[in-house]
Amino acid sequence: MHRMISLTALAVALGCGSAQAQYTDGTIKIGVMNDMSGTYKDLSGPGSVVAAKMAVEDFGAAAKGMKVEIVGADHQNKPDVGSNVVRAWIDTDKVDVIVDVPTSSVALAVNEIVREKNKVFLVSGAAASDLTGEKCSPNTIHWTYDTWALANGTGKAIVKTGGDTWFFLTANYAFGLALERDTAAVVTKNGGKVLGQVRHPFPATDFSSFLLQAQASKAKIIGLANAGADTTNAIKQAAEFGIVQGGQSLAGLLVFLTDVKALGLPIAQGLIFTEAWYWDMNDANREFAKKFAAQNGGVYPSMIHAGVYSAVMHYLKAVEALKSDADGKAVVAKMKEMPTDDKLLGKGTVRADGRKIHPMYLFEVKKPAESKGPWDLYKLRATIPADEAFRPMSEGGCPLVKS
Amino acid sequence: MFDMLGISSQALFGQLLIGLINGSFYALLSLGLAVIFGMLNIINFTHGAQYMLGAFAAYFLLEYAGLGYWWALIIAPLAVGVTGIIIERLFLQWLYKLDHLYGLLLTFGLALMIEGTFRNFFGSSGLPYSVPPELTGGRNLGFMFLPNYRGWVVVFSLAVCLTTWFVIERTKLGAYLRAATENPTLVRAFGINVPRMITLTYGFGVALAALAGVMAAPIYSVSPQMGSNLIIVVFAVVVIGGMGSIMGAIITGFGLGVIEGLTKVFFPEASNTVVFIVMAIVLLIRPAGLFGRGA
Repeated sequence: MHRMISLTALAVALGCGSAQAQYTDGTIKIGVMNDMSGTYKDLSGPGSVVAAKMAVEDFGAAAKGMKVEIVGADHQNKPDVGSNVVRAWIDTDKVDVIVDVPTSSVALAVNEIVREKNKVFLVSGAAASDLTGEKCSPNTIHWTYDTWALANGTGKAIVKTGGDTWFFLTANYAFGLALERDTAAVVTKNGGKVLGQVRHPFPATDFSSFLLQAQASKAKIIGLANAGADTTNAIKQAAEFGIVQGGQSLAGLLVFLTDVKALGLPIAQGLIFTEAWYWDMNDANREFAKKFAAQNGGVYPSMIHAGVYSAVMHYLKAVEALKSDADGKAVVAKMKEMPTDDKLLGKGTVRADGRKIHPMYLFEVKKPAESKGPWDLYKLRATIPADEAFRPMSEGGCPLVKS
Repeated sequence: MFDMLGISSQALFGQLLIGLINGSFYALLSLGLAVIFGMLNIINFTHGAQYMLGAFAAYFLLEYAGLGYWWALIIAPLAVGVTGIIIERLFLQWLYKLDHLYGLLLTFGLALMIEGTFRNFFGSSGLPYSVPPELTGGRNLGFMFLPNYRGWVVVFSLAVCLTTWFVIERTKLGAYLRAATENPTLVRAFGINVPRMITLTYGFGVALAALAGVMAAPIYSVSPQMGSNLIIVVFAVVVIGGMGSIMGAIITGFGLGVIEGLTKVFFPEASNTVVFIVMAIVLLIRPAGLFGRGA
């Protein structure tokens, strides 16, 4: 059937002598699913829909005769809700590609459905490195960052500067556990030691009990293997309990622009963490950020938004080259074959296991005196080159590359 | 002896104190709920949103009026209390004679609307608010480092809770209130303006929620969903204590804070369910709650 359509597409294209292609039901439908109302709303949420729209505009889909439609949905950070949305999207609404999906437990569930239905899944929001490890799929590309890259960037930098004993505060679900596992591995590999961990429910409000346990462990570094409001609450309360004055340091393993904004520079200053993108790094980023903020209630884009833009752009290029969006595996194969190039994440590649490769950056939060504007929050500490930023394919255990 | 449990006595005392601190938020919030339920027979599901409003009011006062924490502690509860009075006059007063369910649905709907509106304007990642300069720092108690602000939270909320209990259970005003819930017609015959008293009671309950919100602002993220995370636990506290029992709400609030705190040490994964396990057990043994006056 799909083959018939692509053949027809080819025939039509040849017959008309134009570049016009035929897509399933005439439209390329992009489904942006994420947390539209809860703790991850600001770092993904409606902003990801804005980013996807900007990618479609910049790609010039309309001028190329491609009809692209974007739909958005809220998965409420629940795997069952997310699975239902994706099934309905694919079966009845003819959605061709699922984009974003923060919250690793949801992303892992969607990963299986998309594989079964042979569509495309471009992950920007979720972090668990399992998506390109044991759970890797020929239909999935993990775009922006992952737990291994975060652990590698932040963990290595901290151990090398003397932070060699760690205690983890971990959000008790797929993402937190993966982040703790990957960071612990980096710490041990670089000669450090993990003294213990405590797993808190997700989401949690009060961290004082957990912080007290971390304090009692006497570890030099308290690693926060959580995200969003959990991280900001933990950092805020750590300041209150004098954790930093007591000689221990915090390592935010996943910190977003919006988190730093919510904490305010007086509390967040000096925090070191790894990200894939920051708006104030070059002119193209700044221009994108301004345009984005105008459509997103003044809130600047996070690396997840930049990742959505980059992923949608590359997807459209691949579909244009194939002149078909029908076969998810074929589209992803094409995406892996073509080098990536967009104005935000720059030039890069997509690896056989579905890992998008680009440099990562180690940032430090500015002191209040250094900041010149409401969103002037980071300074660059180090660039982690693309070939060192992500887990080597041989260590991931992805069945696609075993042979 | 404590070492047998795999934890030093020092750590245990620390966790007990932390539990009390968290318990003071539960106590303040469940107290407001208990007062409102006891006097108005309304299950006030807007309570979490009103707690959130209190925290936001503190943020607005600092950001737009330059008024710090101490002013917020007075102004925010008053302002949010007034919005409560408006809600009571506009909607709730028509529901007293109807089934509980109507009040519950109305207040739940209001909560969703208030939280949705704030989320739309302020996003979900929260707004910064700092501990007042007078209360920064902390003291070393030997077994733990107690931030001054947390110490203040326990003392202040305990004082507010006990004052409220005293006013309602031991003064003439409280006697009028309790009488008005038993038999409004008779109390009115004595020349007391019962509807106005009920309105002010609701306003007071709401102000308590806002007060808890102001107290939470420096230590938790000020975000639109801060109340909805807490309100379910607080309802469990009220059910365990016995609906409408003032002292029950206070004691259970602090007690459950301690139980939750201990769970965070021994089995942290269960710390957000332990309150509900206690609730299920209590409901099986004493359906009216620990301090309920019998169903």
